[in-house]
Amino acid sequence: MSTYKIKVNGKEHQVDVDPDTPLLWVLRDNLNLVGTKYGCGIAQCGACTIHLDGKAARSCSVPISAVADNSITTIEGLSEKGNHPVQNAWREHDVPQCGYCQAGQIMSASALLKNNSSPSDSDIDGAMRGNICRCGTYVKIKAAIKTAAKNT
Amino acid sequence: MTTFKTQHNRRSFMKLSTAAGGGMVLGFSWLLSCKPTGNQTVAEVVREMPKEWFDINSFIKIGDNGLVTIMSPNPEIGQNVKTSMPMIVAEELDVAWKDVVVEQAAFNGTKYERQVAGGSQSIKQGWQSLRMAGATVRKMLVNTAAKQWEVEAKDCKTADGFVISPTGEKIGYGELAKSAATMEVPEEASLKDPKDFKIIGHDTPNVDINDIITGKPLFGIDTKREGMQYASVMRPPSFGKKLVSYDDSEAKGVNGVTGVYQIGDKVAVVAKSNWSAIKGKKAIKAVWEDGDKLESSAEHDKTLLALLDKKAKEPKRNDGNVDKAMREADEVFERVYEAPFLPHNCLEPMNFFADVKEDKIETYGPIQTPAWTQNRIAGALGMIDEKTEDDAKKDALSKISIGMSRMGGGFGRRLYGDFAEEAAQISQAAKTPIQLLFTREDDMQAGTYRPASKYKFKVAIKDGAITGYHLTEAAFNSGMWDSIGQNFPAGAIENCRVDSNIAESNITTGAWRAPITNFLAFAEQSFLSELAEKMEKDPIDFRIDLFKQAKAKPQGELAYDVDKSIGVIELVKAKSNWGNAADGVHQGISAYYSHNTYVAEVADVVLKDGKPVVQKLTCAIDCGIVVNPIAAKNQAQGGVIDGIGHAMYGDFTFKDGKPSYSNFHEYRLIRMDEAPEVDVHFVKSTNDPTGLGEPTLPPAGGAVANAIHSATGKRFYKQPFINNKDILG
Repeated sequence: MSTYKIKVNGKEHQVDVDPDTPLLWVLRDNLNLVGTKYGCGIAQCGACTIHLDGKAARSCSVPISAVADNSITTIEGLSEKGNHPVQNAWREHDVPQCGYCQAGQIMSASALLKNNSSPSDSDIDGAMRGNICRCGTYVKIKAAIKTAAKNT
Repeated sequence: MTTFKTQHNRRSFMKLSTAAGGGMVLGFSWLLSCKPTGNQTVAEVVREMPKEWFDINSFIKIGDNGLVTIMSPNPEIGQNVKTSMPMIVAEELDVAWKDVVVEQAAFNGTKYERQVAGGSQSIKQGWQSLRMAGATVRKMLVNTAAKQWEVEAKDCKTADGFVISPTGEKIGYGELAKSAATMEVPEEASLKDPKDFKIIGHDTPNVDINDIITGKPLFGIDTKREGMQYASVMRPPSFGKKLVSYDDSEAKGVNGVTGVYQIGDKVAVVAKSNWSAIKGKKAIKAVWEDGDKLESSAEHDKTLLALLDKKAKEPKRNDGNVDKAMREADEVFERVYEAPFLPHNCLEPMNFFADVKEDKIETYGPIQTPAWTQNRIAGALGMIDEKTEDDAKKDALSKISIGMSRMGGGFGRRLYGDFAEEAAQISQAAKTPIQLLFTREDDMQAGTYRPASKYKFKVAIKDGAITGYHLTEAAFNSGMWDSIGQNFPAGAIENCRVDSNIAESNITTGAWRAPITNFLAFAEQSFLSELAEKMEKDPIDFRIDLFKQAKAKPQGELAYDVDKSIGVIELVKAKSNWGNAADGVHQGISAYYSHNTYVAEVADVVLKDGKPVVQKLTCAIDCGIVVNPIAAKNQAQGGVIDGIGHAMYGDFTFKDGKPSYSNFHEYRLIRMDEAPEVDVHFVKSTNDPTGLGEPTLPPAGGAVANAIHSATGKRFYKQPFINNKDILG
């Protein structure tokens, strides 16, 4: 076990875990931030997407030992009141079905819009290809991203 | 307005125990648990929670300030019942939706009927009882107000949570609730005329939307309880293998691991965190032996193909004499269609919480069948067996509570409570509350798969007409149930026979979204389009002619409504621009009736660099009244995309009992860039609603296959399509 200091949603935390512990499990089991989801553990489904130093990252495949002083944003810290333009657009389009993948989808979409305020369809496809929605809400996700882009 | 006798509904009323304060429910812990965190409309009005709640019946509690809690009885797997079922209650109660707080009910066999998510039946089967529950309470509130005003109840009206007197005086439900809760359940109550609906038929946001988009704990996997530990289970690596022995010395040395327990042929590792449990499991050294036959897909194929040439002892349908029709035909035309096993791959892997104590077993998690699971847990813990007498069984079951979380998908996998059973066994062995989590590899390799199946279609053609139709099914462990055998085109053709032949497999199989028809519909609709081409008819005209034939001269019983069947085809024809598609757009039709809902779909395919790409799918649906249009459209789009995804990419095989794929780097699910636009249209209807969780899935594969044929001249006979390099490159 080792001690790590990490900065999550603007707050410093200290955790005692094995160095190979994925950031996903530190967030969920140690810090009780369960909005970030486990889906595959090998960076193939996107359910665990967070922002690491402002960029979308799959937290299941980032060992705690590699986090260093990079700032971490999770779905819980994306906005204070749940009113990030992407969250507002998700509400407007009533995107979710089961809802399980949606935190990851929102984190990927918000990372995309940060760097590209008016993404084309293929930009959206490219940025979102890593996020599986097993319920197939892709049509709504795409529409919501376009709405969010308009309102950003 | 329809009047009904409330005694049919009495079961849903709690015994109004006046001993407990006239049915009044006071309790701060309960108040805290039902804060309207998931309800945007309530959050928006920033309302104070009531000081008191009054239990009126098992669906409704009314607060002294007019806020109404509506219990959602059924498991939520993404089919929107947690929103749409309470909408139905609220409509008849005549309360404003902004004043409604929705709470997920736990399993309670005496308060609720059919707490199941399966078969697209929640709305269809809940429709009347949910309406009656709301209407009866509305009547009680009206009676209470009328008594206060000393007027006739029949002269009072209600609107948006108020009773209105003949002179226009208004009194809120909150003020009436305390007295209403003590009132006798009226003998009769009335249902609204659907034209007066204010909530049903109007877009209503998902009640959990705010919690979902801000990452609040909602799902089974998010469960945290005092003293809870985490469990990961090592299972046999292949179907047919048995555990001989294992060495857990290394596993026990993993940080955080607190215990290792053998449960039958499985080994469970319990630890302080999920990661420790997963690492511990990987460190177990197990020795396995062949305990049963180790099956492979190559043999599966041979077994099923052989069964396609056999007739069942008892056919599902047998009109006329199909053999004679074949003998006398000018031409016999046949095709065979093949499908693999499929895992469900719910994005939230199987998990369950269990705290097993001597006299009380608490469980919580994502489950589609809480009642069945309660029985399974009791059996697994040795509390009951087949010989247990009814009273003793009831007593045993009363010790087991099943809480239901929101589910990260179900698709049929969560009908089977094997994971809840395992969680309870582990908690019992470890003597601690535990949360069991399947890793993705566990989830994909220890599934209850959609069974592999094959279908043979054979028709007799004589004098330019179809005189015989013979469908044969070959599948593992289970096949079409009787009503599927009655589906179109049975009823339209004079000599018609449907056979189902089942082989056994030790691979666990079960229901997978739209069981049987998820593949059968593709096979049938591909066959009908190929047959139409052979008979030189437009594929839509060909289908409509067959339906008309069934109506004009039905052969045996008709298990479908011809007008509704034609209605959705005509609607999709108009909306998809059938026959007038833009240059370069190739279309394919598919229509299928399942789970009481009629659906027709047209796929638009274009060629990009010579390869077919699905650009759009138009979908027409007749599901009666559409309860929540925004969610219904979402459900329909999802079903279509799921149907296309699995027809295109869903591949799963076994070699010596071992599943071929373990995770999403190997198993391909449809992704955003592969999902087409889906344009959904509902037939306007005043009929009682039917379900939408499954019916748009079955026709999707056939629509795409037929459109790809239009584009390339080539047809698919096997799923997944992606393995056909000749067509898809």
